[in-house]
Amino acid sequence: MTTGTTGADVGTDAATDSVLACRDVVKEFHVAGAKVVAVDRVSLDFPAASVLAVVGESGSGKSTLARMLLRLMPVTSGSISFRGQDVTHLRGKQLRTYWSQVQAVFQDPFASFNQFFPVGGLLRRSLALSSVGREEADALIEECLGYVGLTPAQALNKYPHQLSGGQRQRVMLARALMMRPKVLLADEATSMLDATLRVNVLNVLHDLKDDLGLTVLFITHDIGQACYLADRVAVMEHGKVVERGSTEEVIFAPRADYTKRLLADVPDLRGSLKRRG
Amino acid sequence: MSTTGASGTPAPGPGTGTPTLLARAVDVSAVYGGGDRDFTAVDRVTLELGEGEILGLAGESGCGKTTLGNSLAMIANPPLYVVEGTLEIDGERIDLTTLRGDADLKRQRPYRGGVVSMLPQGAMNAISPTLRVRNLVHDVMRAHDRSVTRDEALDRARDRLTMLEMPVRVLDSYPHQLSGGMKQRVITVVSTLLNPRLLIADEPTSALDVSSQRMLVEMLLAMVEQRIMSGVVFVTHDLPVLSQVSDKLAIMNAGTIVETGPTEQLVHDPQHPYTRKLLSSVLDPTQETRARGRDRRTRSTPAGGDL
Amino acid sequence: MTTPNVSGIATEEEATSQRATLFRNLNFSARFWVALGLVVLVLLLGIAGYLYPTASNEKVGSLYDPPGGGLLFGTDNFGHDVLAVLMAGTRTSLVIGLVAGTIATTIGVAVGLLAGYVGGWVEELLMGITNVVLAIPSIIVLILISISLPRSTVWSLAVVIGITSWPWTARAVRAQASSVATREHIDVARLSGARLGGILVRDVLPYILSYAVMAFVLQVSGAILAEAALSMLGLGPAGADSLGTQLHWALAFQAVASGAWWAFLPPTIVLTLVSFGFLLLQASLDEVFNPRLRRGKRKQMKRTAARRLAEARAGAAERPAPGEPAGVGAGRARTAQEGGRS
Repeated sequence: MTTGTTGADVGTDAATDSVLACRDVVKEFHVAGAKVVAVDRVSLDFPAASVLAVVGESGSGKSTLARMLLRLMPVTSGSISFRGQDVTHLRGKQLRTYWSQVQAVFQDPFASFNQFFPVGGLLRRSLALSSVGREEADALIEECLGYVGLTPAQALNKYPHQLSGGQRQRVMLARALMMRPKVLLADEATSMLDATLRVNVLNVLHDLKDDLGLTVLFITHDIGQACYLADRVAVMEHGKVVERGSTEEVIFAPRADYTKRLLADVPDLRGSLKRRG
Repeated sequence: MSTTGASGTPAPGPGTGTPTLLARAVDVSAVYGGGDRDFTAVDRVTLELGEGEILGLAGESGCGKTTLGNSLAMIANPPLYVVEGTLEIDGERIDLTTLRGDADLKRQRPYRGGVVSMLPQGAMNAISPTLRVRNLVHDVMRAHDRSVTRDEALDRARDRLTMLEMPVRVLDSYPHQLSGGMKQRVITVVSTLLNPRLLIADEPTSALDVSSQRMLVEMLLAMVEQRIMSGVVFVTHDLPVLSQVSDKLAIMNAGTIVETGPTEQLVHDPQHPYTRKLLSSVLDPTQETRARGRDRRTRSTPAGGDL
Repeated sequence: MTTPNVSGIATEEEATSQRATLFRNLNFSARFWVALGLVVLVLLLGIAGYLYPTASNEKVGSLYDPPGGGLLFGTDNFGHDVLAVLMAGTRTSLVIGLVAGTIATTIGVAVGLLAGYVGGWVEELLMGITNVVLAIPSIIVLILISISLPRSTVWSLAVVIGITSWPWTARAVRAQASSVATREHIDVARLSGARLGGILVRDVLPYILSYAVMAFVLQVSGAILAEAALSMLGLGPAGADSLGTQLHWALAFQAVASGAWWAFLPPTIVLTLVSFGFLLLQASLDEVFNPRLRRGKRKQMKRTAARRLAEARAGAAERPAPGEPAGVGAGRARTAQEGGRS
């Protein structure tokens, strides 16, 4: 709660039922001799079966934070805990076990795929850790594709370039679900999709939260998407969390100056700048 | 031909009376050629733009909006060919077709850049990183008028920047010293130094943060106000930005314009089902979006239904 | 803009045909076929040695008999048939080239992949070693190793050449691999529980395979030339004929001074052909793998565009444009109608 001066809750008091949490996480980069603090003492809790959105503009450190939570990138200092266990420095087998619990979907529906292998290979690969039989695996694949509205026939033998952007992102979701994770981190997972597909994918995320009790960490630059999907919102600026609270509070009664400014700049479909000015 | 609905009576701007016609694109068709993979990207599109108007061209990826923008700006490159279409501007009729190669290029040269200027997608990342902005200014102006001296070009740029309340010192900066939003505004200023009649801006705000988007949009409005250019075709997938900036909207899908009309009318009373679908997908941070998010309880992803 | 239909049910056949299309799209140029032709020609010359009646170590005449009398290229200093020696030599050179190329490419790709993907101190270490190896003049190393070997054979020579020529490949592969390592699909693979080896082989290697193939082709041609250089210096494989040893003996026995062109010209020409063939192959493969280098098929694209226009015309039949060039006439005719309407 070191940075939570403006925000009210989502804080440590909810720690009892939080699945994933980070405390005072810092990431420093050294660029051309200078020190850049990308993430500055961020502490967040992710309560089970809810959607927490981390909103920030480019350079706010939200994606760096995501990569640290995923343990794809080491922290400079601070700690990350999953279900009360410190996972900050896991390695090898233990780290892979962590990844079976915490999964992610990334921004780019093209670059996320290894274009040389069909979708089936991608999905089966996730089962390498667990020892499931062929039949069981097929059933699981069908189940996971089902969550995102796809059938095995539609996807398994397809190469990534044969799928549309929305389908690709849904396949990526299915892949993330293969290990039956507790936490799903969506890092700008919908920002490269067309608007109509985006709503689709957001709805899938929402259903997953409801049906599977998944904790969704939704990282986005688009406060409108957070407004649609999130239960709680944390706003980041220059590596710090400047405001946090329920979606209603943060978006409709913002307290931090930065949030107010951000909201004022977001274009609103039915308000015209031309007529305002 | 179904797209000519608005051509008869130019829409009255809000409170400004009927604007005079600036430009009219007639029956523009563009084709991606090449073996068995050819397809018609733009299919007989007709558009109209009044003096001092901003026309928003909206659609999802692959709908042909960028291709249409390129065709109008006369920068279609093989395998893209404009197979028919004219652009009438100030009473002059420019043949947009590019099937004859160099002859077409030569014929269109006097209009390209000077009369119709293009701000391509990602332009801000295409600036040479080793040159200061001042060199860019000179290069751009010389490309159209060989007699322009370095000092004249810089004077012009300085005046323009002052006029738009931007810092003149950006001229001495290297691209990497400027923020994304500043780069985009600078390149917009540079590409309009020759006072084009029509500016075609392709996704100028897409890679920007909302605050930078806002500044660029305000600058574009000021530029039209001051008649630096007389009209803008603003191409984007971002409807909220368009609804802020444009006087008229044209919604594009699968190579054709499905609906066009004054922004206010189109946003509040869309007629075409595709327009409605597009508008209903907009997620802006409003109570209405929040309510929609809260209310939806049905799985809305029919199998394979997202093509 | 090739978005194939996704509505149909995918089958094995579909996947196969997809691969076939991919292959067809590789678009081999005329240059590629010329290069391939050259390489195949040299290969055939080597293989033809098995069918040729005379053995390369069979004495069929005296010192430098000129061509004629059933001997196409005459005899060499030992009285052996030059053509037979040439065929055997070509075979040896190709074997050395392929073996050395394979060794160099394998080491280079392995080092480059690991350095480029893992990064950090591993990269520093591996690239440090690579640069050291690169900095030592390889011909001197070759000479030193060749001398220190008790008996130089075809295989030892190939191995020696292979282990001194990998650094270039390693450097090229490292640069590619480190750029692939930042792609999101690598993160996806890690999250899927893939281990280092699996990621290198499945997720990084395919992306740099085209570079590896091109590097291999260059390595083969380089190794053939390196063998020729070593053999000319007298460090060639003992008891075997190669293009280099052939030149070595021709020089040692004054073939140039005595005007016996048939003793040194054929191996020189074959060497030139084979290295030119491989270099050309590399350049044309670059074109195949990197479509940006390919010259466009403008005519074809234009023809399709024109056909589309004609189809559109046929659809809207009411627009005659006699004597007018294509698009212009239609445009004006339509505009006139438009003007009348408004």
